[in-house]
Amino acid sequence: MKTLGLNNMYWLVKREFWEHKGGFFWAPVITGGIFLLLNLMGIITAEVIGAQHGIHFGAGGELRTLMSRMDAGDLSKVGLALDVAMYSAIGIIAVVLGFVVFFYCLGALYDDRRDRSILFWKSLPISNAGTVLSKVISATVLAPVIAIVVGIVVGMAQLLILAVTLSFHGVNVWQLLVLAHPFRVMANLIGYIPIYLLWALPTVGWLLFCSAWSRSKPFLWAVALPVAAGLLISWFGIMGLFNLPTTWFWVNVVQRGLLSAFPGGSLMASSHGFSVGNGNELGLLDLGQTYQILGSANLWIGVLAGAALIAAATWFRRWRDDS
Amino acid sequence: MSAVITATGLSKRYKNTAALDNVSFSIPSGRIVGLIGPNGAGKTTVLKAILGLTPFQGELNVLGLNPCTHRDELMENVCFIADVAVLPRWLRVRDAVDFVAHVHPRFDRAKCEAFLKRTKLTPNQRVKQMSKGMIVQLHLALVMAIDARLLVLDEPTLGLDILYRKQFYQNLLEDYFDEDKTIIVTTHQVEEVEHILTDLMFIRDGKIVLDADMDAIGERFIEVLVNADRAAAARAMRPLDERQVFGKSIFLFDGADRAVLEGLGETRRPSVSDLFVATMKGTYA
Repeated sequence: MKTLGLNNMYWLVKREFWEHKGGFFWAPVITGGIFLLLNLMGIITAEVIGAQHGIHFGAGGELRTLMSRMDAGDLSKVGLALDVAMYSAIGIIAVVLGFVVFFYCLGALYDDRRDRSILFWKSLPISNAGTVLSKVISATVLAPVIAIVVGIVVGMAQLLILAVTLSFHGVNVWQLLVLAHPFRVMANLIGYIPIYLLWALPTVGWLLFCSAWSRSKPFLWAVALPVAAGLLISWFGIMGLFNLPTTWFWVNVVQRGLLSAFPGGSLMASSHGFSVGNGNELGLLDLGQTYQILGSANLWIGVLAGAALIAAATWFRRWRDDS
Repeated sequence: MSAVITATGLSKRYKNTAALDNVSFSIPSGRIVGLIGPNGAGKTTVLKAILGLTPFQGELNVLGLNPCTHRDELMENVCFIADVAVLPRWLRVRDAVDFVAHVHPRFDRAKCEAFLKRTKLTPNQRVKQMSKGMIVQLHLALVMAIDARLLVLDEPTLGLDILYRKQFYQNLLEDYFDEDKTIIVTTHQVEEVEHILTDLMFIRDGKIVLDADMDAIGERFIEVLVNADRAAAARAMRPLDERQVFGKSIFLFDGADRAVLEGLGETRRPSVSDLFVATMKGTYA
């Protein structure tokens, strides 16, 4: 299949970026910008109020003295707090990414049927498999990579803002920055992308399938079908036949099928064995932790279901004839 | 192997109506074929079948390939302009050229840019900022730069003003068409294409009712302008159609003896639109 060459794929993904620049690029950038702005406003407000009430926190060097009295354990907590500040910026962008990917997939194989521009794309020698694959790549690689790059920039800015603010109160900026682990945070985030791809596949597959299959209102079908199935199953207690609780269906089918595009879902699924309070709460996000999900059947069954749904979406992309 | 398209017993049903009813035809290379029919006659279904966009019964061979099973391969040699609305609204001129240049192996970028230079389109312009006529100019520039063997046009000038329409067909003839290429066009604006067509196909209720080249049509169909006193004689020869103009009658004959008709009055070649109206009489009744 020479039409499925790498060069073609590059241009197909580029086309998705042209069309969805707003969601893929501007949404995380604007979210990050607002996040920083709110933080800055908060800090300025606090400083102003502090100044009005004559509270000069750390002005006399108390904060520096406090830091110099900290032992290694306390210092690592300061570093942890700074890491949390960085993750929090990225966390908000991750939520936005979840929405962007969800609605992108829902429209990816539907919008061009509705405005009939599918007739233009289909007049070019591009295989349907290539088209669908380019949409999967855009949702599971392009969008998260952009979100994480933006997230890292915003996180670093957030870190700097905090450090500079504290430096006005007599704490050395570099001393603080050394306590944080920005590079470990970055590595954790970038390393998480492959897990995100695999984990999001059932949701991406289901939404693309609805997008390729439904003649109208893909959102309604995508959400109503699993929810209605869940309600029926709950009502009749069908899961009891398999000796499973009703919640099994809600968690493993409905939630997994609809919400896996939101980053972090795999963390919750794999966090059963994780004990909080071992001194490094953010260890949950370390690659050693996030990659444990690779050993779970949950992930791989999802990947299989996602692949099957993507194959079905490709078939409907080829044969749905309504434009 | 000079036939570009061969259809044998082509049929297609939508729920309870037959869109195509056992249609057979063959289109050789280097022709411009007008596929003309009333609304809902099955024109678009024929084109969709040729482009592999819809499944069908019967046999269809396009450039030696089955459009259903070898669509991706086929589309390297087939171009397609549906009506004007199909370019995505977010697309920029520059991006459109870039994209087609990289995904289409037979696209000639320099040619496309030369065509675009003749228009008012600018590289940064988006489709949503263009008028209908400009969208067609962009689409035509993209398509004419592709060295394809078959070009399918489905109502390409719908909703355009006469300047754009004339220019559209003029560009096609002057800068695109040659003996290695074949063009199939469907349109309701018959008067504007009749001078460029080499072949004519009339389709009605899913059936091909006329399939002939323009020379044969000139031989076969004759229009006679008859004075009122000879009208009865003309009517006796069973004309296809009759209409009155300025107290005279115009009769349209299919395959009548030319010498006899010349005795009745002034003969001439009928226009495609008159032929169309006569053939399709009673379609909507």
